[in-house]
Amino acid sequence: MNRKSIMAYPYIVWMVLFIVIPILLVFYYGFTMESSAGLTFSLENFKRFFEPVYLMVLVRSFILAALSTGICLLLGYPLAMILASKDFKRKNMMLLLLIVPMWMNFLLRTYAWLTLIEKKGIINSLLSNLNLPTINIIYTTRAVVLGMVYNFLPFMVLPIYTVLSKIDKSVIEAAEDLGANSLTTFKKVIFPLSLPGVISGITMVFMPAVTTFVISRLLGGGHYKLIGNLIEQQFLSVYDWNFGSAISIIMMIVILISMGILSKYEEVREGGGIV
Amino acid sequence: MDEKLLELVDISKTFDTTEALRDINLYIRRNEFVTLLGPSGCGKTTILRIIGGFEQPTTGRVLFEGKDIASLPPYKRRVNTVFQRYALFPHMNVFENVAFGLAIKKIDPRTIERKVASILELVNLANYGERSIESLSGGQQQRVAIARALINEPEVLLLDEPLAALDLKLRKGMQIELKKMQQKLGITFVYVTHDQEEALTMSDTVVVMNDGVIQQMGTPEDIYNEPKNIFVADFIGESNIIDGIMIRDYLVEFSGRKFECVDTGFGENRYVDVVIRPEDIKIVKEGEGMLTGQVKSVIFKGVHYEMLVESQDYTWKIHNTLMEPIGKKVGLNILPDDIHIMTKGGEAHE
Repeated sequence: MNRKSIMAYPYIVWMVLFIVIPILLVFYYGFTMESSAGLTFSLENFKRFFEPVYLMVLVRSFILAALSTGICLLLGYPLAMILASKDFKRKNMMLLLLIVPMWMNFLLRTYAWLTLIEKKGIINSLLSNLNLPTINIIYTTRAVVLGMVYNFLPFMVLPIYTVLSKIDKSVIEAAEDLGANSLTTFKKVIFPLSLPGVISGITMVFMPAVTTFVISRLLGGGHYKLIGNLIEQQFLSVYDWNFGSAISIIMMIVILISMGILSKYEEVREGGGIV
Repeated sequence: MDEKLLELVDISKTFDTTEALRDINLYIRRNEFVTLLGPSGCGKTTILRIIGGFEQPTTGRVLFEGKDIASLPPYKRRVNTVFQRYALFPHMNVFENVAFGLAIKKIDPRTIERKVASILELVNLANYGERSIESLSGGQQQRVAIARALINEPEVLLLDEPLAALDLKLRKGMQIELKKMQQKLGITFVYVTHDQEEALTMSDTVVVMNDGVIQQMGTPEDIYNEPKNIFVADFIGESNIIDGIMIRDYLVEFSGRKFECVDTGFGENRYVDVVIRPEDIKIVKEGEGMLTGQVKSVIFKGVHYEMLVESQDYTWKIHNTLMEPIGKKVGLNILPDDIHIMTKGGEAHE
């Protein structure tokens, strides 16, 4: 036994207590059912999930999360590039502004959006004072997506920024030297080299977006039930822990598959051809 | 050979407040191997970057075949660079790295394949096409970088200390290979190094730089045998530099004795610096030499011994294949040809 493996013990105990046991419990509830004979093994919970009502919730969650992730990528990548460019003088200021909201409570930030975009909220009263048409997006898909993008954008920008700022400047110069203009340099060198950042950005935005229940409840007004809301409901109002656990397991499997596909893609890019 | 392919006219470059280059005037002929030599921070890499298009000169013009290219971006110049730490594309294999320049020009894949194969052969990396960059040794990466630049058939190849990261033996081998390649392909090389031996071995023309100013330009022989000033004398090889008085043309006094020399035009009774190479001082029996001294230390250097011999007012560094024991009194002789006179802190006269 070397010293390092002894030092790992507290962490192993921690992980068993707070990760392994809870997951086992989720599996236990998911694969059992309350019946007259007490708890019995059953696949009924899983079968129930494949009813169209529930499947729609899953599909909607994925579409909204994918949309938000896409918007975050489109907004975040250029921002990461600006931050990573050497001659950008206000870089630290910008980084700070990007991170500061994360120091504030997540619920608070989402409530803030509620007061901003409400029918008679701050934005609309401003607009109507200026005799401009008011916007009506509260309790719509757009509001939910807005909430997701706002909350998760830093998780897209930061990993991309980190990877971009680590790219050796001389590699970019080499591309220019070999005849590539700035667009070609971006397409063939900068973007492929930033892919690890893009992939971890996508992971870090998509995962919380697909499982969120707070944003959809506050900004979607309960009309837009996502998978997170469904699970929350099973545990907190319906008290059907078995069904809730089954949904959680399905969710875990789907996320695992998505991550698997993403990492496959990354491997292909690393070894594969660009020319 | 006499055509000026590339010319720098009155170039200066200032970064923020520091002056990196001052009054650089320099021309490079077709098929020439030019080396920019100097200590780090002397501005040699900045010159290379200005030729490559990565820096804009603060003042002055860069002429390529007589046309000013100072405002042309790097990708429009018929110049390619081998970067200091190679700057290979880590996400591409050897073939893709080398093919990069051609692929951008939308040349058909078959031609690309043929050209890459032949250039990889040239740099002794045939069959390495599928290898990833990180699986290559430093020397191999370096050759990929050269192949990637050469495949574009540039008019001028810029090399920024390409051998600095290699070990001594590999470096010597690559020096010869590079020189051969340059002669075979007939491409103009502009080579940056701080290694004076490398510069002397490979170049047709050496440009010695210090503090952003060109100190001397000439063939390796000229630079070594006729250093123009104290800096060049000191930087290229080793030198004994001693205070002297130029009595009149062909006669100089130092170490309390008058010596015949071959220099003229300093006027009469002027203070000068006298430069003598360590290998140009001959050791003779005590009493038979022009100077007398005592051996203070002896170091074996491989081909020769390096001895320090103390005379009445100067300790001479002397290279000789024969060793004299420490403490022995010896005589020293210096031929008129081997005495180089320079004005104090300034340049040599002809």
